[in-house]
Amino acid sequence: MAQARILLPERVRRGELVEVRIVIQHPMETGFRHDAFGSRIPRNAIHSLACRYNGVEVFRATLGTGIAPNPYLRFFTRAVESGELEFWWLDDDEVEGTARATISVL
Amino acid sequence: MNRRRAFIALAALLPFGKRASAQANAHVSTTDPLIVSFTKGASVMPGRVKLELPNIADTGYSVPMTVRVQSPMTEADHVKTILVMAEKNPLRDVCWFYLGPRAGKAEVSSRIRLNGTQRVVAVAQLADGTFWSDAVHIDVREAACTDGN
Repeated sequence: MAQARILLPERVRRGELVEVRIVIQHPMETGFRHDAFGSRIPRNAIHSLACRYNGVEVFRATLGTGIAPNPYLRFFTRAVESGELEFWWLDDDEVEGTARATISVL
Repeated sequence: MNRRRAFIALAALLPFGKRASAQANAHVSTTDPLIVSFTKGASVMPGRVKLELPNIADTGYSVPMTVRVQSPMTEADHVKTILVMAEKNPLRDVCWFYLGPRAGKAEVSSRIRLNGTQRVVAVAQLADGTFWSDAVHIDVREAACTDGN
């Protein structure tokens, strides 16, 4: 099960920009590498990721093997109300991951 | 007098017209299937997009990347999609970001893999259907995508 860490500013004012940062623990295996016995290591990378802010999608990404292992993303969203940021992602092994963080808006 | 005026008007127009047509698709190829699948044949103008990468990367395994688009990010005028393309990677489309007016600011960062010294291109699609681009050359001393065999 993949794990993630989300970084948000401690508190923000309504209407302000919020810098959202997330790091997900994931190998992002390219499928181009071989193990010690010469057999190909199958590709396994997070290919889809979305972020919802109180149920409304505010950011979505299609990633691939061009993203470094333990993918890091930083983006912005405007603070509208206190609530929850909910991340969802899916990798090539069809393993889903989720992570959430609370956002407090003054 | 009339002729001279017409000539001056023409001369004033010419360089701008010329530059604009020369600049379209400066960073991308219109026959590139990846670009065509994104733009559907629309021209890609250089500008408005800023792709930030270091000039030199010791390894291509993890290179910090920021892409930023000049946009008010309102309901009427916002960035819809950003494509980051590494021309020498085995899979050139590194990532696609989908934004909307809720983003507030069109700026996304990540860490990418690069398979050697190459040019990286960012293309952004705005809500009005126009496409804008930026390209950056990066020196990668040790390429990713190799396993030492």
